[in-house]
Amino acid sequence: MEAYFSLKPLIAVLVSLLASGLIVLSGSRPNLREAWTITAALAKFAITLSMMPAVLAGKYPEVALFTISPGVSLALKVDPAGIIFGLSASVLWILTSFYSIGYMRGLSEHNQTRYFASFAVCLSATMGIAFAANLLTFFIFYEVLTIATYPLVIHKETPEALAAGRKYLVYLLTGGVVLLLALAFTYQIAGTVDFRPGGFLSQQVGQDRLMMLFMLFLVGFGVKSAIMPVHSWLPSAMIAPTPVSALLHAVAVVKAGVFGFVRMAGFVMGPELLQEIGALGIMAGFAAVTIILASLMAFRQDNLKRRLAYSTIGHLSYIVLGLALLSPSAWSGGVLHIVNHAAMKITLFLCAGAIYVKTHRENISDLNGIGRQMPLTMGAFAVAAMGLAGVPPIAGFVSKWYLVQGTLETGQVALTGVLLLSGLLNAGYFLPIVARAFFSPSPGFSKYSEASPWMVIPLMLTAVLSLLMGLFPDQLFHLYQLASNVAASVTGGGVP
Amino acid sequence: MSAAPVLIIAPLLLFAFISILAGLWRTSLAYISAVVGGTLSLAAAVFGLFQVLTEGKLSYHLGGWPPPLGIEYVLDPLSAFMALIIVFVGLVVIVYPPKAGLYQVPQRAVPLHGMIMLLLAGLIGVVVTGDLFNLFVFLEIYSLSSYALIAIGGKHALVASFRYLMLGTVAGSFYLLGIGFIYFATGSLNMADVARLLPSLYASPAIIAAVALIFIGIGIKMALFPLHIWLPDAHSYAPSIIAAILASVQIEVAAYVLIRMLLSVFQLDYLRLQLPVMATVGWCGAAGIIFGSVMAIAQRDFKRMLAYSTIAQIGYIGVGIGLANPLGIIGALLHILNHAFMKGCLFLVAGGIRHETGLREIPWFVGLGRRMPLMMGAFAVAALSMVGIPPTAGFFSKWYLVRGSIEGGNWAFAVIIVASSLLTAVYFFRVIEKVFANPPPTSSTGTVQKCEPPPRILVPILILAVGVLVLGLSNAVIVTRVLEQVVAPLFSIAGGR
Repeated sequence: MEAYFSLKPLIAVLVSLLASGLIVLSGSRPNLREAWTITAALAKFAITLSMMPAVLAGKYPEVALFTISPGVSLALKVDPAGIIFGLSASVLWILTSFYSIGYMRGLSEHNQTRYFASFAVCLSATMGIAFAANLLTFFIFYEVLTIATYPLVIHKETPEALAAGRKYLVYLLTGGVVLLLALAFTYQIAGTVDFRPGGFLSQQVGQDRLMMLFMLFLVGFGVKSAIMPVHSWLPSAMIAPTPVSALLHAVAVVKAGVFGFVRMAGFVMGPELLQEIGALGIMAGFAAVTIILASLMAFRQDNLKRRLAYSTIGHLSYIVLGLALLSPSAWSGGVLHIVNHAAMKITLFLCAGAIYVKTHRENISDLNGIGRQMPLTMGAFAVAAMGLAGVPPIAGFVSKWYLVQGTLETGQVALTGVLLLSGLLNAGYFLPIVARAFFSPSPGFSKYSEASPWMVIPLMLTAVLSLLMGLFPDQLFHLYQLASNVAASVTGGGVP
Repeated sequence: MSAAPVLIIAPLLLFAFISILAGLWRTSLAYISAVVGGTLSLAAAVFGLFQVLTEGKLSYHLGGWPPPLGIEYVLDPLSAFMALIIVFVGLVVIVYPPKAGLYQVPQRAVPLHGMIMLLLAGLIGVVVTGDLFNLFVFLEIYSLSSYALIAIGGKHALVASFRYLMLGTVAGSFYLLGIGFIYFATGSLNMADVARLLPSLYASPAIIAAVALIFIGIGIKMALFPLHIWLPDAHSYAPSIIAAILASVQIEVAAYVLIRMLLSVFQLDYLRLQLPVMATVGWCGAAGIIFGSVMAIAQRDFKRMLAYSTIAQIGYIGVGIGLANPLGIIGALLHILNHAFMKGCLFLVAGGIRHETGLREIPWFVGLGRRMPLMMGAFAVAALSMVGIPPTAGFFSKWYLVRGSIEGGNWAFAVIIVASSLLTAVYFFRVIEKVFANPPPTSSTGTVQKCEPPPRILVPILILAVGVLVLGLSNAVIVTRVLEQVVAPLFSIAGGR
């Protein structure tokens, strides 16, 4: 494990920031404007991918820009955890960009320049979060992400959208300031905020102070990860255009919160220390309750996007649960689920968006027989839905397998039960949608057809990706190896 | 002996009179001579700061009389830092066209630029003087100029100005009485000399009374809660350019006086341990943060909202001073700098909106974001900085203040500081939502009427907005090069942390 100087992480962060400037400047020429988005997305992916071999070989690209506060640099460093998150965000941004073009033009949306520019800034912030080398750098990008997402949430500018935007800000800024307290506290007691595998805090600090710090982190990251009871901003934020819900509220924003847990548990406090102070149990408890309650609440949603939102809340807590177990398998499973859930959930959102553009229907009860008109879309939906329920050989099965293994290794049989029950509940709220779409009669529904290829191709690709990641968890981008590297480095255990 | 301290103030005083005289002949000359004077003073301030950082404290004996007999002017890292902020913000405001800032220039001619120059000269005088009585003189110079400048704002402003005059005079008298006690006890007015003589007298009731009088007097000038009552009217009825100077540097100079008292007159432990002065300042600041933020949420008038926000922001500075540890003082000083840029920018934006559209009240700001994208973009940057979103400057002052609170074991302050970020977010996002998220009224042809202000208005605003970002990213340089040198002597003498 060694670091070497490279500007690549910086470029990966800045390329979309630059693009957002160009997008604003070319606002009057839509084709040129969209070209910038696509170019930046491809460039970001290429740069991220090019860092992969080095990271796999244990050499981490690193760049320290300048001192941002005495003793702390604005620094980026690409480690296995970071590249997993960065890679999933950048791959899915490419597909979402194509999809966005189809979606926004299909609905003749207003203010498209602001939309694409904010989107690009969000991606810069996400990459910054993924590659941040210390907690202060992390926090800066974390807050930028909150603000940059706001224009996307209120995109419709209706009173409901503005209300959702306010709720979004209240929740996320509150989480942000609690996190600021945690950050300042960490710096005061440790004198450093540089991430270190296994954590840099020790028992000497004192049980009470560590517990307090942990609670601050739990609230701070819990808001963005939509852990109950601070989850309710996420279903409200579903009023945003569907590509926003897809990328930001299934991949970037909420995963930034979960990734915060990865950094906190693995690289700031360390799983063993958390175990000693009894914090892991609290984390696991919140996660388990959230998994079950969110799944139950998903049943009650008739609005498709809101049902997906509750499903997201549940699945985010899968990841948190994995991180709350002192077991390499559980950590691998949790980290893998960041990517796997991203690919599957984005597919579902993209399908919901395609249906909305063609039919302007948002409610599940209105979707009888839609599968016969839009077979490709609903086929992709079925694949992703089964994946989330944990049906092999789709990606969701792999991460869940390791999570279950982790619960058994640590002897937490109750948590095994939670995971299995949640799988059933997932099947329970997803499969009726599929069944309704394909097997219910559809009165007067024949006028609809598949959405434009701009939208159908990306959602097919994400569905295929979910399948491939389930069939070949390691061949594709070496995700499994990266995840187990993370797990081994933070838990101190061997590769399972 | 070095002339650097007086070189900053001399061009301001000189051109104040040139500006008034030249203005009698041609009004445009008043503007030009003010810009020339401001530029000369800025050059001297920049030069002075570099000289102080390389050579250490510079001192000038007025008329060649050595202190403690004569009046001493001192440029140390703290005063050089403050002087540079004052002159820079002052110059930006001077460049901003007075028409846009005044919007109801009385029919009669006003020696506006001459008065602004006098105000700046008074402010600089306060920060460079090393003499307690001389400080009072400059305090009155800047206060009198402020009263006159606020009164330009019209009928309401006259009343506001008169109220401020009453309270300001009370404040000045308190301070004067305070130094009177010190003079009777020590026989000296030179700060360094007084600092040397005072410790043996700390138990004396006269000195305790002096401390109380000085801190209450300066607290009024600084608008530290609950001594703030003159501020909302004065700052919201004053013309925008005047409000920009008052909010961004004038009341901060009073905060400077508090820090100066800590640094050069009294010993820290005396104010912290023997008398509960620091704790009082800190808790007044904390109460002011909450009060100002809550009141700001309740305002319809944009400038009045900014005025209440100023009370909250001065509360941050009070908390930092009250913490009386290195991180707290660094946070307070950094916030003086950051607030000067943010609030200056916001008041100039208020003037710009008023000039271009005639609007004052937030509910009517609907769709301004699309009508004047650049100016409202600058507004958004300054507003985010007020909320404390990284990497803008406003975040970093909070970062040091929160750390200072935690280091001092004062979690209540830490929680108040971050909670007030949320309140600040409430009142600024209310405006941001109106400005950006509501479609602008369209003309008969269905297109949005652009009304971006001309470059003369826009450029000063953009300079301050870009400054907010630059200060944020470069805060470490400012802290290590300047502010740590400011607090170093304080905490090596006190022997504390």
